[in-house]
Amino acid sequence: MKVGVLALQGDVAEHVSMTRAAGAEVVEVRYSNQIEGLDGLIIPGGESTTVGKLMERFGFVDEIRKHAARGLGVFGTCTGLILLSREISNSGQVRLGLMDFVVKRNAFGRQVDSFEADIEIPAIGDPPMRAVFIRAPYILSVGQGVEVLARFEDKIVLARQGRHLACAFHPEVTSDTRLHRYFLHMLSGKA
Amino acid sequence: MVEKATFTVKKGLAEMLKGGVIMDVTTPEQAKIAEDAGAVAVMALERVPADIRAQGGVARMSDPAIIEAIMEAVTIPVMAKCRIGHFVEAQILEALGVDYIDESEVLTPADEEHHIDKHQFKVPFVCGCRNLGEALRRIGEGAAMIRTKGEAGTGDVVEAVRHMRRVMSEIRRLTSTREDELMAAAKEMQAPYELVVQVAKEGKLPVVNFAAGGIATPADAALMMQLGADGIFVGSGIFKSDNPAARARAIVDATAHYNDPDILAKVSRGIGEPMRGLAAASLKEEERLQVRGW
Repeated sequence: MKVGVLALQGDVAEHVSMTRAAGAEVVEVRYSNQIEGLDGLIIPGGESTTVGKLMERFGFVDEIRKHAARGLGVFGTCTGLILLSREISNSGQVRLGLMDFVVKRNAFGRQVDSFEADIEIPAIGDPPMRAVFIRAPYILSVGQGVEVLARFEDKIVLARQGRHLACAFHPEVTSDTRLHRYFLHMLSGKA
Repeated sequence: MVEKATFTVKKGLAEMLKGGVIMDVTTPEQAKIAEDAGAVAVMALERVPADIRAQGGVARMSDPAIIEAIMEAVTIPVMAKCRIGHFVEAQILEALGVDYIDESEVLTPADEEHHIDKHQFKVPFVCGCRNLGEALRRIGEGAAMIRTKGEAGTGDVVEAVRHMRRVMSEIRRLTSTREDELMAAAKEMQAPYELVVQVAKEGKLPVVNFAAGGIATPADAALMMQLGADGIFVGSGIFKSDNPAARARAIVDATAHYNDPDILAKVSRGIGEPMRGLAAASLKEEERLQVRGW
């Protein structure tokens, strides 16, 4: 199993070590031609406007879409969730449109409203996951093919569509590798 | 249980800024230019450091109206500066809802002995340092992000290089220090013992460390990244240059691709004159901002 972590901006190192700990071979992806041959791609936490612009400038947008069509699975946390969306309610910025949902950016407020909380995720079982939300988005509504995997106070914060997984919080800043392992299982057809 | 303002949440935002550029801006229009260029955050100011240096006088926290106008203009995080030790300016910035406070030597210090007790705040703080001991003292006080000081407002990268090299080499030295010698090391660098032990064990600072103070070109930004910075602050370097939009974008691209000379050559081309600058070595002792704080 070979997974790339998009290494343009954000908490790349955290995702690299989590994915490695979950059992995959990991590469840092700095050029769009590195996506060839990957089973999965992780879009890390970062600033979504920055990562979106760098993706456009360095030819990632079409390349990721092309490989998603041949079966590349994409896992996005926070910024990655925003970039996976079909629509962003409060911004016209670039997105991949690989998952059929509408997202709201900075939906929980500014940094002083950032928080951590225990989230029940039936797909990965007990115990609840300690989820860290940083100026986080949440999903306002999902289309038919999207499976909601977790909510926090009624807000959708984890969703799956086929081989793609979108998460509003940051499992990579904790030591809990269960969501990364779940993504690898998705890629291998075990989940 | 829902918890706000934990240290994980505070340092977490800085982790999301890694590999990015934080730009000083003084108007909503400049903030938009920075955001469009791909800045990960902006620092809202009344005057950039080069102007503070030129105009002299007492430099204080910016007018809240300016900070709020900038917060309105962009969706990326907004930081603002308070004076060293001026915890009431910090309280005001927290009340405004800024995303990060820079307790900064660029402003005139309000306290020559004590920095702010940053544990008392919900909003996270970034602080400057010139060496590892200074970084660990600030982290001990609650800073959730560190930046090397450099010499702000000069456009001369030499001091930023000095401070980054110093911090990184002191970290490397600690990792090869015997455990029973760490107390003496802590004493020598005047740093909290527990943090010295942590750095010796992990081989890195417990928080993100950006470079600041004198960065004016894409090559400067990539230099600091190759020396080990997690990201870049550009103060006067963008809006004191010929073509701020082009330079801002080039510095963002250079920071993302700091290890690729071909891309660095491409983005450095045709972006106009950099800020004129001031050789840091020509400054008199009392003109050096980096010696503020301890």
